[in-house]
Amino acid sequence: MAYSEKRTKILMGLTYAAAVLFVLAMLMNFFYVGPERQQGEAQRIFYVHLSSFLGSFLAFGAAVVAGIAYLRSRNPKWDTLGHSAVEIGLGFSTITIVTGMAWARPIWNTWWTWDPRLTSVTIMWLAYAAYMMLRTGIEDPERRRRFAAVYAIVAFASVLYTIIIIRVRPDTIHPVVAGPTQAEPEGSFEVSGRIRDTLFFNMFTFTVITVVLVWHRIRLENFSERVARRKMEVLADL
Amino acid sequence: MSAQGETTPTTAEAAVPVRRVKVRRPVTAYWHAVAAIAWKDVRAEIRSRELINSMLLFTLMTVMIFSLALELDSNARQTTVTGVLWVTIVFAGLLGLSRSLASEKDKGSLDGLLLAPIARSALFFGKMIGNLLFVLVIALVLMVLLTVLFNITLLRPLLLLLVVLGSIGFTTIGTLLSSMSVHARSRETLLPILLMPVVLPIVISAVRGSTAVLNEMPSQDWLPWVQLLFMADVIYIAASYALFDYVVEE
Repeated sequence: MAYSEKRTKILMGLTYAAAVLFVLAMLMNFFYVGPERQQGEAQRIFYVHLSSFLGSFLAFGAAVVAGIAYLRSRNPKWDTLGHSAVEIGLGFSTITIVTGMAWARPIWNTWWTWDPRLTSVTIMWLAYAAYMMLRTGIEDPERRRRFAAVYAIVAFASVLYTIIIIRVRPDTIHPVVAGPTQAEPEGSFEVSGRIRDTLFFNMFTFTVITVVLVWHRIRLENFSERVARRKMEVLADL
Repeated sequence: MSAQGETTPTTAEAAVPVRRVKVRRPVTAYWHAVAAIAWKDVRAEIRSRELINSMLLFTLMTVMIFSLALELDSNARQTTVTGVLWVTIVFAGLLGLSRSLASEKDKGSLDGLLLAPIARSALFFGKMIGNLLFVLVIALVLMVLLTVLFNITLLRPLLLLLVVLGSIGFTTIGTLLSSMSVHARSRETLLPILLMPVVLPIVISAVRGSTAVLNEMPSQDWLPWVQLLFMADVIYIAASYALFDYVVEE
Protein backbone atom coordinates (compact mmCIF):
# COMPACT_ATOMS: atom_id res chain seq x y z
CA MET A 1 0.00 0.00 0.00
CA ALA A 2 1.68 3.09 -1.23
CA TYR A 3 1.24 6.31 0.62
CA SER A 4 -1.42 8.25 -1.25
CA GLU A 5 -0.42 11.36 -3.24
CA LYS A 6 -3.24 13.38 -1.78
CA ARG A 7 -2.38 12.70 1.82
CA THR A 8 1.28 13.49 1.20
CA LYS A 9 0.24 16.81 -0.31
CA ILE A 10 -1.96 17.67 2.68
CA LEU A 11 0.85 16.77 5.05
CA MET A 12 3.38 18.88 3.15
CA GLY A 13 0.95 21.81 3.13
CA LEU A 14 0.45 21.45 6.88
CA THR A 15 4.21 21.25 7.42
CA TYR A 16 4.80 24.54 5.60
CA ALA A 17 1.89 26.10 7.47
CA ALA A 18 3.37 24.95 10.77
CA ALA A 19 6.77 26.43 9.86
CA VAL A 20 5.21 29.79 8.96
CA LEU A 21 3.08 29.74 12.12
CA PHE A 22 6.15 29.00 14.22
CA VAL A 23 8.08 31.94 12.76
CA LEU A 24 5.07 34.20 13.33
CA ALA A 25 4.70 32.97 16.90
CA MET A 26 8.37 33.65 17.62
CA LEU A 27 8.06 37.15 16.11
CA MET A 28 5.06 37.77 18.33
CA ASN A 29 6.93 36.54 21.40
CA PHE A 30 9.83 38.88 20.80
CA PHE A 31 8.32 41.94 19.13
CA TYR A 32 4.54 42.09 19.39
CA VAL A 33 4.16 41.51 23.11
CA GLY A 34 5.92 43.79 25.58
CA PRO A 35 7.92 42.69 28.61
CA GLU A 36 5.77 41.60 31.52
CA ARG A 37 5.33 43.97 34.46
CA GLN A 38 7.02 41.91 37.19
CA GLN A 39 9.22 39.45 35.35
CA GLY A 40 10.45 41.60 32.47
CA GLU A 41 12.01 39.97 29.43
CA ALA A 42 12.36 36.54 31.05
CA GLN A 43 8.62 36.05 30.83
CA ARG A 44 8.76 35.78 27.03
CA ILE A 45 9.82 32.15 27.27
CA PHE A 46 6.57 31.35 29.03
CA TYR A 47 4.64 31.28 25.74
CA VAL A 48 6.80 28.44 24.45
CA HIS A 49 6.84 26.78 27.88
CA LEU A 50 3.07 26.50 28.25
CA SER A 51 2.46 25.75 24.57
CA SER A 52 4.95 22.91 24.50
CA PHE A 53 3.28 21.46 27.59
CA LEU A 54 0.01 21.69 25.70
CA GLY A 55 1.69 19.82 22.85
CA SER A 56 2.88 17.03 25.15
CA PHE A 57 -0.54 16.90 26.83
CA LEU A 58 -2.25 16.48 23.46
CA ALA A 59 0.25 13.86 22.37
CA PHE A 60 -0.03 11.84 25.58
CA GLY A 61 -3.81 12.17 25.43
CA ALA A 62 -3.71 10.83 21.87
CA ALA A 63 -1.60 7.92 23.14
CA VAL A 64 -4.31 7.04 25.68
CA VAL A 65 -7.04 7.20 23.04
CA ALA A 66 -4.87 5.10 20.72
CA GLY A 67 -4.22 2.63 23.55
CA ILE A 68 -7.91 2.15 24.27
CA ALA A 69 -8.70 1.92 20.56
CA TYR A 70 -5.96 -0.66 20.06
CA LEU A 71 -7.15 -2.85 22.91
CA ARG A 72 -10.67 -2.74 21.48
CA SER A 73 -9.97 -3.13 17.77
CA ARG A 74 -6.50 -4.79 17.66
CA ASN A 75 -5.69 -2.72 14.61
CA PRO A 76 -1.89 -2.12 14.55
CA LYS A 77 -2.37 1.37 13.12
CA TRP A 78 -3.56 2.51 16.56
CA ASP A 79 -0.33 1.24 18.04
CA THR A 80 1.64 3.22 15.48
CA LEU A 81 -0.29 6.32 16.51
CA GLY A 82 0.33 5.62 20.20
CA HIS A 83 4.04 5.02 19.72
CA SER A 84 4.46 8.12 17.55
CA ALA A 85 2.45 10.30 19.91
CA VAL A 86 4.50 9.24 22.95
CA GLU A 87 7.77 10.00 21.15
CA ILE A 88 6.58 13.45 20.13
CA GLY A 89 5.10 14.08 23.57
CA LEU A 90 8.38 13.13 25.21
CA GLY A 91 10.15 15.67 22.99
CA PHE A 92 7.66 18.39 23.89
CA SER A 93 7.84 17.69 27.61
CA THR A 94 11.64 17.94 27.37
CA ILE A 95 11.16 21.39 25.81
CA THR A 96 8.77 22.27 28.63
CA ILE A 97 11.33 21.28 31.26
CA VAL A 98 14.27 23.02 29.55
CA THR A 99 12.39 26.27 28.94
CA GLY A 100 11.12 26.12 32.49
CA MET A 101 14.68 25.83 33.78
CA ALA A 102 15.82 28.73 31.61
CA TRP A 103 12.99 30.82 33.06
CA ALA A 104 13.60 29.69 36.63
CA ARG A 105 17.27 30.77 36.67
CA PRO A 106 16.56 34.55 36.62
CA ILE A 107 13.18 34.36 38.40
CA TRP A 108 13.76 31.79 41.15
CA ASN A 109 17.55 32.19 41.08
CA THR A 110 18.03 28.46 40.55
CA TRP A 111 17.80 26.08 37.62
CA TRP A 112 15.94 23.45 39.53
CA THR A 113 14.05 23.08 42.76
CA TRP A 114 12.03 20.16 44.13
CA ASP A 115 8.77 21.97 43.86
CA PRO A 116 5.66 19.72 43.56
CA ARG A 117 5.08 20.81 39.97
CA LEU A 118 8.66 20.19 38.91
CA THR A 119 8.64 16.83 40.66
CA SER A 120 5.41 15.76 39.00
CA VAL A 121 6.56 16.80 35.53
CA THR A 122 9.74 14.78 36.10
CA ILE A 123 7.61 11.79 37.05
CA MET A 124 5.62 12.29 33.85
CA TRP A 125 8.78 12.40 31.76
CA LEU A 126 10.14 9.27 33.49
CA ALA A 127 6.87 7.39 32.93
CA TYR A 128 6.99 7.96 29.19
CA ALA A 129 10.70 7.22 29.04
CA ALA A 130 9.77 3.91 30.72
CA TYR A 131 7.17 3.40 27.98
CA MET A 132 9.96 3.54 25.41
CA MET A 133 11.99 1.05 27.46
CA LEU A 134 8.99 -1.29 27.63
CA ARG A 135 8.66 -1.20 23.85
CA THR A 136 12.28 -2.15 23.31
CA GLY A 137 12.10 -4.83 26.00
CA ILE A 138 9.28 -6.96 24.55
CA GLU A 139 10.11 -8.95 21.43
CA ASP A 140 6.81 -10.43 20.32
CA PRO A 141 5.17 -7.63 18.24
CA GLU A 142 1.58 -8.43 19.19
CA ARG A 143 2.43 -8.53 22.87
CA ARG A 144 4.51 -5.36 22.58
CA ARG A 145 1.55 -3.48 21.12
CA ARG A 146 -0.77 -4.77 23.82
CA PHE A 147 1.56 -3.96 26.72
CA ALA A 148 2.42 -0.56 25.27
CA ALA A 149 -1.29 0.27 25.05
CA VAL A 150 -1.82 -0.77 28.68
CA TYR A 151 1.18 1.21 29.90
CA ALA A 152 0.20 4.32 27.91
CA ILE A 153 -3.13 4.29 29.74
CA VAL A 154 -1.51 3.77 33.16
CA ALA A 155 1.18 6.41 32.53
CA PHE A 156 -1.44 9.06 31.76
CA ALA A 157 -2.11 9.15 35.52
CA SER A 158 1.18 11.08 35.78
CA VAL A 159 -0.06 13.70 33.31
CA LEU A 160 -3.24 14.20 35.31
CA TYR A 161 -1.15 14.35 38.47
CA THR A 162 0.95 17.15 36.96
CA ILE A 163 -2.12 19.17 36.04
CA ILE A 164 -3.94 18.62 39.33
CA ILE A 165 -1.02 18.95 41.74
CA ILE A 166 -0.51 22.73 41.60
CA ARG A 167 -4.21 23.28 42.05
CA VAL A 168 -4.38 21.29 45.28
CA ARG A 169 -0.97 21.84 46.84
CA PRO A 170 -0.67 25.19 48.60
CA ASP A 171 3.12 25.10 48.91
CA THR A 172 4.06 25.21 45.23
CA ILE A 173 5.89 28.23 43.89
CA HIS A 174 5.02 27.41 40.31
CA PRO A 175 2.60 30.00 38.91
CA VAL A 176 -0.88 28.87 37.92
CA VAL A 177 -2.08 30.63 34.81
CA ALA A 178 -5.61 29.40 34.30
CA GLY A 179 -8.15 28.01 36.72
CA PRO A 180 -8.56 28.25 40.48
CA THR A 181 -5.61 28.14 42.86
CA GLN A 182 -5.40 27.95 46.62
CA ALA A 183 -4.55 31.65 46.75
CA GLU A 184 -7.33 32.73 44.43
CA PRO A 185 -10.10 30.17 44.65
CA GLU A 186 -12.24 31.99 42.13
CA GLY A 187 -9.66 31.65 39.42
CA SER A 188 -8.31 34.47 37.39
CA PHE A 189 -6.98 35.15 33.95
CA GLU A 190 -5.99 38.77 34.29
CA VAL A 191 -3.51 39.41 31.55
CA SER A 192 -3.21 42.18 29.05
CA GLY A 193 -4.75 41.78 25.62
CA ARG A 194 -1.40 41.41 23.90
CA ILE A 195 -0.18 38.74 26.28
CA ARG A 196 -3.41 36.83 25.77
CA ASP A 197 -3.20 37.12 21.98
CA THR A 198 0.38 35.90 21.96
CA LEU A 199 -0.38 33.04 24.31
CA PHE A 200 -3.34 31.80 22.31
CA PHE A 201 -1.46 32.17 19.04
CA ASN A 202 1.45 30.14 20.47
CA MET A 203 -0.90 27.49 21.77
CA PHE A 204 -2.57 27.19 18.39
CA THR A 205 0.82 27.02 16.65
CA PHE A 206 2.08 24.27 18.92
CA THR A 207 -1.11 22.30 18.44
CA VAL A 208 -0.56 22.39 14.68
CA ILE A 209 3.12 21.47 15.11
CA THR A 210 2.16 18.52 17.33
CA VAL A 211 -0.29 17.19 14.75
CA VAL A 212 2.25 17.63 11.93
CA LEU A 213 5.06 15.93 13.85
CA VAL A 214 2.91 12.99 14.92
CA TRP A 215 1.72 12.58 11.36
CA HIS A 216 5.30 12.62 10.05
CA ARG A 217 6.30 10.09 12.69
CA ILE A 218 3.45 7.75 11.70
CA ARG A 219 4.45 8.10 8.06
CA LEU A 220 8.04 7.27 8.94
CA GLU A 221 6.88 4.18 10.81
CA ASN A 222 4.80 3.06 7.82
CA PHE A 223 7.74 3.60 5.50
CA SER A 224 10.10 1.60 7.68
CA GLU A 225 7.53 -1.21 7.79
CA ARG A 226 7.35 -1.15 4.02
CA VAL A 227 11.12 -1.28 3.75
CA ALA A 228 11.19 -4.25 6.12
CA ARG A 229 8.53 -6.03 4.05
CA ARG A 230 10.41 -5.37 0.81
CA LYS A 231 13.55 -6.71 2.37
CA MET A 232 11.73 -9.91 3.33
CA GLU A 233 10.34 -10.23 -0.19
CA VAL A 234 13.76 -9.80 -1.75
CA LEU A 235 15.27 -12.29 0.67
CA ALA A 236 12.48 -14.75 -0.11
CA ASP A 237 13.22 -14.46 -3.84
CA LEU A 238 16.90 -15.25 -3.42
CA MET B 1 -7.68 -24.55 40.45
CA SER B 2 -5.73 -27.44 39.04
CA ALA B 3 -2.73 -25.12 39.06
CA GLN B 4 -2.50 -25.44 42.80
CA GLY B 5 -0.82 -28.77 42.59
CA GLU B 6 1.51 -27.63 39.84
CA THR B 7 3.06 -24.77 41.77
CA THR B 8 4.42 -26.89 44.55
CA PRO B 9 4.03 -30.57 43.81
CA THR B 10 4.26 -31.50 47.49
CA THR B 11 1.09 -29.61 48.32
CA ALA B 12 -1.05 -31.43 45.78
CA GLU B 13 -2.61 -33.92 48.18
CA ALA B 14 -3.11 -31.49 51.01
CA ALA B 15 -4.50 -28.75 48.77
CA VAL B 16 -8.12 -29.72 48.57
CA PRO B 17 -9.08 -30.29 52.20
CA VAL B 18 -7.04 -27.35 53.53
CA ARG B 19 -8.59 -24.94 51.10
CA ARG B 20 -12.10 -26.04 51.97
CA VAL B 21 -11.48 -25.56 55.65
CA LYS B 22 -9.74 -22.20 55.36
CA VAL B 23 -11.83 -20.56 52.68
CA ARG B 24 -15.37 -21.13 53.77
CA ARG B 25 -16.42 -17.53 54.15
CA PRO B 26 -16.19 -16.09 50.58
CA VAL B 27 -19.64 -15.35 49.27
CA THR B 28 -19.23 -16.13 45.62
CA ALA B 29 -17.13 -18.33 43.42
CA TYR B 30 -15.22 -15.22 42.37
CA TRP B 31 -13.99 -14.42 45.84
CA HIS B 32 -13.44 -18.08 46.49
CA ALA B 33 -11.00 -18.12 43.56
CA VAL B 34 -9.31 -14.92 44.76
CA ALA B 35 -8.82 -16.35 48.24
CA ALA B 36 -7.61 -19.68 46.85
CA ILE B 37 -4.88 -18.04 44.79
CA ALA B 38 -3.78 -15.72 47.59
CA TRP B 39 -3.77 -18.62 50.05
CA LYS B 40 -1.76 -20.75 47.63
CA ASP B 41 0.95 -18.08 47.47
CA VAL B 42 1.00 -17.63 51.21
CA ARG B 43 1.21 -21.36 51.87
CA ALA B 44 3.95 -21.89 49.30
CA GLU B 45 5.85 -19.09 50.99
CA ILE B 46 5.30 -20.46 54.50
CA ARG B 47 6.74 -23.77 53.34
CA SER B 48 9.72 -22.48 51.40
CA ARG B 49 10.33 -19.15 53.16
CA GLU B 50 12.44 -18.31 50.14
CA LEU B 51 11.12 -14.87 49.40
CA ILE B 52 10.33 -13.59 52.86
CA ASN B 53 13.80 -14.44 54.14
CA SER B 54 15.55 -12.61 51.36
CA MET B 55 13.18 -9.66 51.67
CA LEU B 56 13.80 -9.45 55.42
CA LEU B 57 17.56 -9.64 55.06
CA PHE B 58 17.43 -7.07 52.31
CA THR B 59 15.37 -4.81 54.56
CA LEU B 60 17.85 -5.12 57.38
CA MET B 61 20.76 -4.30 55.09
CA THR B 62 19.01 -1.34 53.51
CA VAL B 63 18.28 0.18 56.91
CA MET B 64 21.92 -0.35 57.86
CA ILE B 65 23.16 1.30 54.68
CA PHE B 66 20.82 4.23 55.22
CA SER B 67 21.93 4.87 58.76
CA LEU B 68 25.60 4.55 57.83
CA ALA B 69 25.37 6.61 54.64
CA LEU B 70 23.25 9.41 56.08
CA GLU B 71 25.00 9.52 59.48
CA LEU B 72 21.81 10.64 61.11
CA ASP B 73 21.68 12.54 64.36
CA SER B 74 18.51 12.47 66.41
CA ASN B 75 17.02 15.59 64.78
CA ALA B 76 17.71 14.46 61.25
CA ARG B 77 16.23 11.05 62.05
CA GLN B 78 12.90 12.57 62.94
CA THR B 79 12.53 14.04 59.46
CA THR B 80 14.13 11.30 57.37
CA VAL B 81 12.84 8.15 59.04
CA THR B 82 9.66 8.00 56.95
CA GLY B 83 11.72 8.38 53.79
CA VAL B 84 13.91 5.48 54.90
CA LEU B 85 10.77 3.50 55.71
CA TRP B 86 9.16 4.00 52.32
CA VAL B 87 12.25 3.61 50.18
CA THR B 88 12.95 0.32 51.93
CA ILE B 89 9.36 -0.88 51.54
CA VAL B 90 9.46 -0.08 47.82
CA PHE B 91 12.82 -1.77 47.19
CA ALA B 92 11.99 -4.85 49.26
CA GLY B 93 8.55 -4.96 47.66
CA LEU B 94 10.12 -4.90 44.21
CA LEU B 95 11.98 -8.09 45.08
CA GLY B 96 8.72 -9.79 45.96
CA LEU B 97 6.80 -8.46 42.97
CA SER B 98 9.36 -9.52 40.42
CA ARG B 99 9.45 -13.03 41.92
CA SER B 100 5.69 -13.37 42.26
CA LEU B 101 4.84 -13.83 38.59
CA ALA B 102 8.27 -14.81 37.36
CA SER B 103 8.23 -17.97 39.44
CA GLU B 104 4.75 -18.85 38.15
CA LYS B 105 5.93 -18.39 34.59
CA ASP B 106 9.19 -20.31 35.02
CA LYS B 107 7.46 -23.29 36.59
CA GLY B 108 4.79 -23.22 33.92
CA SER B 109 2.02 -22.84 36.50
CA LEU B 110 0.94 -19.50 35.02
CA ASP B 111 -0.59 -21.38 32.09
CA GLY B 112 -2.46 -23.55 34.57
CA LEU B 113 -3.82 -20.51 36.35
CA LEU B 114 -4.85 -18.94 33.05
CA LEU B 115 -6.60 -22.13 31.97
CA ALA B 116 -8.57 -22.32 35.20
CA PRO B 117 -12.26 -21.51 34.70
CA ILE B 118 -12.13 -18.33 36.77
CA ALA B 119 -12.30 -14.65 35.88
CA ARG B 120 -8.91 -13.21 34.98
CA SER B 121 -9.44 -10.40 37.45
CA ALA B 122 -9.86 -12.99 40.21
CA LEU B 123 -6.38 -14.20 39.33
CA PHE B 124 -5.15 -10.60 39.51
CA PHE B 125 -6.68 -9.89 42.91
CA GLY B 126 -5.43 -13.22 44.24
CA LYS B 127 -1.88 -12.45 43.21
CA MET B 128 -2.21 -8.87 44.43
CA ILE B 129 -3.47 -9.89 47.87
CA GLY B 130 -0.61 -12.38 48.17
CA ASN B 131 1.90 -9.67 47.30
CA LEU B 132 0.19 -7.21 49.62
CA LEU B 133 0.50 -9.61 52.55
CA PHE B 134 4.25 -10.01 51.94
CA VAL B 135 4.74 -6.25 51.69
CA LEU B 136 2.72 -5.68 54.86
CA VAL B 137 4.78 -8.24 56.77
CA ILE B 138 7.95 -6.50 55.61
CA ALA B 139 6.52 -3.09 56.51
CA LEU B 140 5.57 -4.25 60.01
CA VAL B 141 9.00 -5.75 60.65
CA LEU B 142 10.59 -2.62 59.25
CA MET B 143 8.55 -0.37 61.51
CA VAL B 144 9.58 -2.35 64.56
CA LEU B 145 13.18 -2.31 63.36
CA LEU B 146 13.22 1.44 62.81
CA THR B 147 11.50 2.03 66.14
CA VAL B 148 14.30 0.14 67.85
CA LEU B 149 17.24 1.37 65.80
CA PHE B 150 16.19 5.00 65.34
CA ASN B 151 14.47 5.33 68.71
CA ILE B 152 11.32 6.80 67.17
CA THR B 153 7.96 5.20 67.83
CA LEU B 154 6.64 4.32 64.40
CA LEU B 155 3.91 1.93 65.45
CA ARG B 156 0.99 4.32 65.57
CA PRO B 157 -2.52 3.68 64.26
CA LEU B 158 -2.39 6.54 61.75
CA LEU B 159 1.00 5.50 60.43
CA LEU B 160 -0.27 1.95 60.05
CA LEU B 161 -3.23 3.29 58.06
CA LEU B 162 -0.85 5.20 55.77
CA VAL B 163 1.35 2.13 55.35
CA VAL B 164 -1.65 -0.04 54.46
CA LEU B 165 -3.01 2.51 51.97
CA GLY B 166 0.40 3.04 50.38
CA SER B 167 1.08 -0.70 50.17
CA ILE B 168 -2.28 -1.34 48.51
CA GLY B 169 -1.52 1.18 45.76
CA PHE B 170 2.03 -0.07 45.36
CA THR B 171 1.16 -3.76 45.10
CA THR B 172 -1.86 -3.17 42.85
CA ILE B 173 0.05 -1.37 40.15
CA GLY B 174 3.12 -3.51 40.87
CA THR B 175 1.24 -6.76 40.23
CA LEU B 176 -0.16 -5.39 36.97
CA LEU B 177 3.23 -4.22 35.74
CA SER B 178 5.11 -7.32 36.89
CA SER B 179 2.71 -9.46 34.88
CA MET B 180 3.90 -7.40 31.90
CA SER B 181 7.59 -7.38 32.72
CA VAL B 182 7.83 -11.18 33.06
CA HIS B 183 7.60 -11.37 29.29
CA ALA B 184 10.47 -8.96 28.72
CA ARG B 185 14.00 -9.88 27.84
CA SER B 186 15.51 -8.25 30.93
CA ARG B 187 12.65 -8.51 33.37
CA GLU B 188 14.62 -7.71 36.53
CA THR B 189 15.66 -4.30 35.23
CA LEU B 190 12.44 -3.49 33.42
CA LEU B 191 10.09 -3.83 36.38
CA PRO B 192 11.67 -1.07 38.52
CA ILE B 193 11.82 1.22 35.48
CA LEU B 194 8.15 0.66 34.70
CA LEU B 195 7.00 0.77 38.29
CA MET B 196 8.91 3.72 39.78
CA PRO B 197 7.34 6.59 37.82
CA VAL B 198 3.81 5.27 38.33
CA VAL B 199 4.31 4.55 42.01
CA LEU B 200 6.17 7.78 42.85
CA PRO B 201 2.99 9.82 43.48
CA ILE B 202 1.96 7.20 46.04
CA VAL B 203 5.38 7.15 47.68
CA ILE B 204 5.54 10.95 47.85
CA SER B 205 2.07 11.17 49.39
CA ALA B 206 2.86 8.40 51.86
CA VAL B 207 6.19 9.94 52.91
CA ARG B 208 4.74 13.42 53.38
CA GLY B 209 1.72 12.10 55.21
CA SER B 210 3.82 9.89 57.47
CA THR B 211 6.21 12.73 58.29
CA ALA B 212 3.30 14.98 59.21
CA VAL B 213 1.78 12.29 61.43
CA LEU B 214 5.12 11.53 63.04
CA ASN B 215 5.77 15.16 63.91
CA GLU B 216 2.29 15.37 65.39
CA MET B 217 1.11 18.06 63.06
CA PRO B 218 -2.58 19.09 62.98
CA SER B 219 -4.92 16.97 60.88
CA GLN B 220 -5.09 19.44 57.97
CA ASP B 221 -1.43 18.65 57.31
CA TRP B 222 -1.81 14.93 56.86
CA LEU B 223 -5.46 14.49 55.90
CA PRO B 224 -4.96 15.66 52.26
CA TRP B 225 -2.25 13.02 51.86
CA VAL B 226 -4.52 10.29 53.19
CA GLN B 227 -7.22 11.42 50.77
CA LEU B 228 -4.75 11.53 47.88
CA LEU B 229 -3.52 8.03 48.73
CA PHE B 230 -7.06 6.72 48.95
CA MET B 231 -7.90 8.30 45.59
CA ALA B 232 -4.77 6.87 43.97
CA ASP B 233 -5.60 3.41 45.36
CA VAL B 234 -9.11 3.51 43.93
CA ILE B 235 -7.85 4.70 40.54
CA TYR B 236 -5.11 2.08 40.36
CA ILE B 237 -7.38 -0.76 41.46
CA ALA B 238 -9.99 0.24 38.87
CA ALA B 239 -7.37 0.61 36.14
CA SER B 240 -5.75 -2.74 36.97
CA TYR B 241 -9.14 -4.46 37.09
CA ALA B 242 -9.93 -3.14 33.62
CA LEU B 243 -6.51 -3.72 32.08
CA PHE B 244 -5.32 -7.03 33.54
CA ASP B 245 -7.45 -9.06 31.08
CA TYR B 246 -5.54 -7.51 28.20
CA VAL B 247 -2.16 -8.17 29.79
CA VAL B 248 -2.58 -11.91 30.35
CA GLU B 249 -4.66 -12.92 27.35
CA GLU B 250 -2.87 -15.52 25.26
